[in-house]
Amino acid sequence: MSEELVHPLEGYLRRWMIPHIWCEGCGNGIILNCFITALNELKLDPNKVVVVSGIGCIGRISGYTNTDSYHTTHGRAIAFATGVKLAKPELKVVVISGDGDLFAIGGNHFIHAARRNLDIPVICANNFNYGMTGGQYGPTTPLDAWTTTTPHGNVEHPFNLVHLAAASGAVYVARWTTLHVRRLTESIKRALQKEGFSFIEVITPCPELYGRYNKMRTGVDMMNWFKQASEIQHYSDPAKAEITPEKILVGEFIDMEKPSYGRLLREMVAQAQRKMGEGNR
Amino acid sequence: MPLRIWRKPLDADKVKLPRAEIHIIKDRCKGCGFCIELCPRDVLEFSEELNERGAHPPKVTDESRCALCSFCQAVCPDFAIFTVEKDCAGGC
Amino acid sequence: MAEKSRAVLSGVHFMNGDVASAEGAIAAGCRFFAGYPITPATEVAERMAQRMPEVGGVCIQMEDELGSMAAVIGASYAGVKAMTATSGPGFSLMQENIGLAAMTETPCVIVNVMRGGPSSGQPTMAGQQDVMQAKWGAHGDYEIIALVPSSVQEMFDLTIEAFNLSETYRVPVIVLADEVVGHMSERIVIPTPDKIRVINRKKPQVSPEEYLPFKPDEDLVPPMACFGEGYRFYATGLTHDEMGRPRTSSPKAQQRIVQRICDKIRKNADKIIMTKETMLEDAEIVVVAYGITARSALSAVRKAREMGIKAGLFRLVTLWPFPDRLIWKVAEQAHSILVPEMNCGQIVREVERVAKKTPVIFLPKLGGEPHRPAEILEAIRRT
Repeated sequence: MSEELVHPLEGYLRRWMIPHIWCEGCGNGIILNCFITALNELKLDPNKVVVVSGIGCIGRISGYTNTDSYHTTHGRAIAFATGVKLAKPELKVVVISGDGDLFAIGGNHFIHAARRNLDIPVICANNFNYGMTGGQYGPTTPLDAWTTTTPHGNVEHPFNLVHLAAASGAVYVARWTTLHVRRLTESIKRALQKEGFSFIEVITPCPELYGRYNKMRTGVDMMNWFKQASEIQHYSDPAKAEITPEKILVGEFIDMEKPSYGRLLREMVAQAQRKMGEGNR
Repeated sequence: MPLRIWRKPLDADKVKLPRAEIHIIKDRCKGCGFCIELCPRDVLEFSEELNERGAHPPKVTDESRCALCSFCQAVCPDFAIFTVEKDCAGGC
Repeated sequence: MAEKSRAVLSGVHFMNGDVASAEGAIAAGCRFFAGYPITPATEVAERMAQRMPEVGGVCIQMEDELGSMAAVIGASYAGVKAMTATSGPGFSLMQENIGLAAMTETPCVIVNVMRGGPSSGQPTMAGQQDVMQAKWGAHGDYEIIALVPSSVQEMFDLTIEAFNLSETYRVPVIVLADEVVGHMSERIVIPTPDKIRVINRKKPQVSPEEYLPFKPDEDLVPPMACFGEGYRFYATGLTHDEMGRPRTSSPKAQQRIVQRICDKIRKNADKIIMTKETMLEDAEIVVVAYGITARSALSAVRKAREMGIKAGLFRLVTLWPFPDRLIWKVAEQAHSILVPEMNCGQIVREVERVAKKTPVIFLPKLGGEPHRPAEILEAIRRT
């Protein structure tokens, strides 16, 4: 090929930040790929999309999208996004962050944003550990797994993230792995257009650390695990969707309608202003 | 009557399968192997050459076998491979 | 439309300090408030919850103070003036994100209505124990601006000033009230909107392709684009260059960004610092005070003058940046400096640092009650 090779999604990447820092076999690049594919297929105005991310490997994603981007402190991406969305509701604010950032340090902000049914999609890259800092355990690390802070095996039960999201009030809950690229893209599109709080858990390989520490040395090995263990089942009970080495239940779990925070806020403000007009307190 | 199965679709001569051009941005590739492993038609394999990063980018074994599913493009974490439908107006 | 729909409640009011601060914010153009209830700052949140929908703004009670500060930064970056209000325990929780605001040069206002500390301390009594924390609270080197009101009128006026300073310098500004000033009610005058000076952040004058989000102008402050304006910039708390690109392994990039965010305030200190001098011209004993303590000190200084003692009052309105040069001038002239504080010794250290040879007498009062004028007068007489 002698002509200039330009990837069809090049315009969605922040040129001077590419190449990204992610390892060979890491699934974060796939999440980036699916995300910008979704933006492209929906033809959303990139000037009106804000990507907010936290600290961690996946947290670097806001640097790579050619959108308004903010890289917050650890765990606070959702709280930051709350401020952005409420201040400028016409913007499409998306949170993309990791399992530790969203559910350990950021757990409180997650459950409240879901409870409020805030109009933001949250995409969680779940790689079962804290990758950026070298592979420590996190709230989604499977029982018995080896990580650098569980060298004798993990003795903590992990979260079932789809259950947590559903129980907190999210109106759209889905789980995919980085193997399910097309369906993940479709879910992202759904989440971007849905009113209310959407949550997508993406199981992603971390072959350098979690994988290597737990007998899956390459990205291909981890993807093979996903292939073997995934089972697509839509609208099953999220409470029964714990991830085990044998089974990763994927699909859409919840897709319901509930008035969003934005809608209720607008109604409240309209009513408050009407009352003032009538001279009432 | 014994069941006869036609394997070749009856309108095979009229329907044209899309033909693909596979473009590989060699120096972006990290050699993760996802595209090679997951291509449903085994169109890709590791090349012998080394790119700027010291990885072996993929190479196309037989572009005519490619069905333009574009899974490689969708699953590449590094935006190193993409497909384009070949313009077959003049015959492919 | 009923009177309440006006953003600026011009007129004479008998108002609570916290409420006055909220009204000042609204008058300055604040249209986003995120907070968490905490004594003695809860009234700010309650007032905002009532008023924000009336003026077309947003008030949200977040799940904690960390979320409140993060939401404030988000709203500010979305282009809306934003504020939060808290007290000691919440202020401690907000520190990390105050650091983020400093590093990403976010205009925002944090009201800290100080109470007795440390820890849960005395929620309903006053203190001045957070004054050093306001400057040094987050990790890393950075500069913020802190203003200290002494009256309900100043709660109103200084909150407006806080917004103006935060927009001018793209910096978090802290309004350090104390529980007494926050909870007392006094007569205040709210001017008409045309008499209120409101400053907004500098906007970029170049196209998105040419825009460098952290490239400063001559005043060391970069023009600020906001989300949704087409600039598609990247802001991170990591050490970054003018483009916003993380440069965590570059000693030069680290040196440049840290030096600039400090110099931004230090080099502009003369334009930022506000102080109030009373009877200072020939004063031999100068009382340096701030907040509610300054009210008692003023009374004491006046009484001392009646008794023939050459006393004067130097009231700090801007606590940070600390008015080094002005204090130095006071030290040159005075025989001794008296610093009453409601803590174990915080601002007195700054005064000592600058005053050098002039004796500095520290008059602490712990316990949550402000100094009585008689106590300060006694100390003046004893020097």
